[in-house]
Amino acid sequence: MELEEHAYDVVVIGAGGAGLRAAIAAHEAGARTAVVCKSLLGKAHTVMAEGGIAAAMGNLYPEDNWRVHFRDTMRGGKMLNHWRMAQLHAQEAPDRVRELEDWGALFDRTDAGLISQRDFGGHRYARLAHVGDRTGLELIRTLQQRTVALGIDVFMECTVTRLLTDDVGIVGAFGYWRESGRFVAWQAPSVVLATGGIGKAYKVTSNSWEYTGDGHSLALQAGASLVNMEFVQFHPTGMVWPPSVRGLLVTESVRGDGGILKNSAGNRFMFDYIPDFFRKETAETEEEADRWYTDKKNNRRPPELLPRDEVARAINSEVKAGRGTDHGGVWLDIASRRSPEYIRKRLPSMYHQFKELADVDITKEAMEIGPTCHYVMGGVEVEPDSQAAKVTGLFAAGEVAGGMHGSNRLGGNSLSDLLVFGRRAGVAAAENARNRAGRVRLADDALTSAARAALAPFEREGGENPYTVQHDLQQTMHDLVGIIRTEAEMKGALERIAELKERVANLSVDGHRQYNPGWHLALDLPHMLLVSECIARAALERQESRGGHTRDDFPTADPEWGKTNLICSRGPGGDVGVRRQPLPQMPSDLAEIFEETA
Amino acid sequence: MSYDAKFRVWRGDASGGELRDFTVQVNEGEVVLDIIHRLQATQAGDLAVRWNCKAGKCGSCSAEINGRPRLMCLTRMSTFAEDEVVTVTPMRTFPVIRDLVTDVSYNYAKAAQIPAFTPQARDDDGNHRMAQIDVERSQEFRKCIECFLCQDTCHVIRDHEENKKVFAGPRFLIRLAELDMHPLDTVDRREAAQDVFGLGYCNITKCCTEVCPEGIHLTDNGIIPMKERVVDRKYDPLTWLGSKIGRRRTD
Repeated sequence: MELEEHAYDVVVIGAGGAGLRAAIAAHEAGARTAVVCKSLLGKAHTVMAEGGIAAAMGNLYPEDNWRVHFRDTMRGGKMLNHWRMAQLHAQEAPDRVRELEDWGALFDRTDAGLISQRDFGGHRYARLAHVGDRTGLELIRTLQQRTVALGIDVFMECTVTRLLTDDVGIVGAFGYWRESGRFVAWQAPSVVLATGGIGKAYKVTSNSWEYTGDGHSLALQAGASLVNMEFVQFHPTGMVWPPSVRGLLVTESVRGDGGILKNSAGNRFMFDYIPDFFRKETAETEEEADRWYTDKKNNRRPPELLPRDEVARAINSEVKAGRGTDHGGVWLDIASRRSPEYIRKRLPSMYHQFKELADVDITKEAMEIGPTCHYVMGGVEVEPDSQAAKVTGLFAAGEVAGGMHGSNRLGGNSLSDLLVFGRRAGVAAAENARNRAGRVRLADDALTSAARAALAPFEREGGENPYTVQHDLQQTMHDLVGIIRTEAEMKGALERIAELKERVANLSVDGHRQYNPGWHLALDLPHMLLVSECIARAALERQESRGGHTRDDFPTADPEWGKTNLICSRGPGGDVGVRRQPLPQMPSDLAEIFEETA
Repeated sequence: MSYDAKFRVWRGDASGGELRDFTVQVNEGEVVLDIIHRLQATQAGDLAVRWNCKAGKCGSCSAEINGRPRLMCLTRMSTFAEDEVVTVTPMRTFPVIRDLVTDVSYNYAKAAQIPAFTPQARDDDGNHRMAQIDVERSQEFRKCIECFLCQDTCHVIRDHEENKKVFAGPRFLIRLAELDMHPLDTVDRREAAQDVFGLGYCNITKCCTEVCPEGIHLTDNGIIPMKERVVDRKYDPLTWLGSKIGRRRTD
């Protein structure tokens, strides 16, 4: 077998924000580090993040600090977040933003010349460090340039298909170059998963093609566990028209900067959907909500800025009640509320996106929007301080890791999550590599088996087209495991997923190995199916509604379930099992924060 | 609302290839990338194409559409007549890998040569202070999504392979301009711009500006000011003398 082999201390899989930050940290800790990514460097899904990086820097509101940020994050996640991750995140985010500035990032400024901070849903104070509405691009370009400046090796357009383990833990990874289809293996005692999310299992999604759940699946197959996979975030505002852009994100900043939601009758409906949990901090009248934009101290927040799960469910309800637009969405209106200059200045990339893709001028017209699959809160179960998974040598950071966001993520907390836990994973991976130096070896039979599995779709004749199977999976998840769920739907989904598994085992692909997207999809599909099964199984098990998981047959949050995590793991026969595990107990000094700031 | 469009798509690899004709359904609101995806799913499962975001944010789906360097995701089908043949070919400045995918490693090699950002020290309270108006100059260039369409259209490298050794192309000239205008940066890259990255090869035909999907004014706001600053340093005798005797700052 023709195989290119490399040896590193740390291999990072994924070159989005978390992956690059992890690689920089590992490199700076002295580890020989490689980054492997499916696309060209700088193209990861992080470039699409718009709003900003949540960090309690206090540049606009000196009252803001990590304790308030911690509180907002836990409440946004309906208290199911791992308290320690939420704490570390809130404490370390400001330093991670400052360090980006030292690497060349140019954030928008306040009048005092400091880093500007903008409002987002669920955050008590304006807290998002941003660059217009293209913060993700700024973040990834800065990390990319730092990675290049440090001389870290990057394997671009290279896909990992398997993690390799011995009886202790990780020994490396196996994959192929997309360009040539040739195989490559990395020997390494530490692997950091930073592969992002699972959105491509859904039909309407804001995610790029890379979000096929490979990191979740690779971890599971290597023996790690996944936590709370039932929590999938549907971002309330995706484009719904024209059909070819359905799902593309409309940043939450549109609402933070004054945009409001209206139904087809022209009513500002969010006032009808304020949950008791957030009533104290939400405006009761349109007048109060509108005053808040200029006087945040004496007024409460507009209900448009409730956390994402609340807004997505409200939109869903309006459309279901027959008050939606012709294309099944609602209106997001900033045109009638802000001047064209203001809109173009604060939301340049939204202006551009609607103009170019939908031929809509958002300074003149309302946007037609609806919920879109955006983010998976569930992910690899990790130790909060080190991001270590349950397999020695395996680490996970960013969207592929679970626990940080509980049942619902606040906007802006993703980019800060990438930086805080990317860095921690890189440091811990480097340390693990030092401890296991010289003790890992790639076994020939494991490499041969990985190669054989990767080539199987070429061996089969007359099998199904992978694009058809992907389409059917996306339809299944859209119809049955979407925003609102029931027991019967989850059972139906699991039956269909079982059928899809058989079809995937029988795929065949055209052509040869060189840059063959049909083949690449055939290898991504088993990952998508495994992750979809985890979501459906966990969603069936959790008999309550909380955050990104809403059960029509159990419509309220249940205090007992509020103390329970659901853990997916793989049994010896390869089946996915789900078990309940108690939530870690929050120490009393942190619990006090909820009393003092209530 | 649907119709059948005629597409001609280049298929082949480094050893050669040809334009192939396809008839493919087009629906309301679709862009060229939607049609290429439909071709993949229904007629050519192994058709190679790069893409990520399909929203004009990642700069992956660069190609030439009817001979013009464009992003496939930002080219609406409604801009073509229904009976018009739409021709899609790979970027010509870079070697073909397969079908619409080209080898853009030249760009990454040039990026690696650029002297890194080097900030001045923070204020005593741990902050950097900058005025919005000052950061906006560099911010314009930081909007670059690295689609490399400017590189594709630049005739200095499009028609002269040999120039790639000595010329970095518009993307990296504006990267240098961005660093040069960065309020915190302390490194002088003007000599390198001229001698290593070939700033002098640019004869400001503005083709790069015309094709930029982000609307960055590469030539007017980036390359020309950079050329002026290089000239100022090289040929102004007072600046030269000042820098030698250390009486005048070199910027």
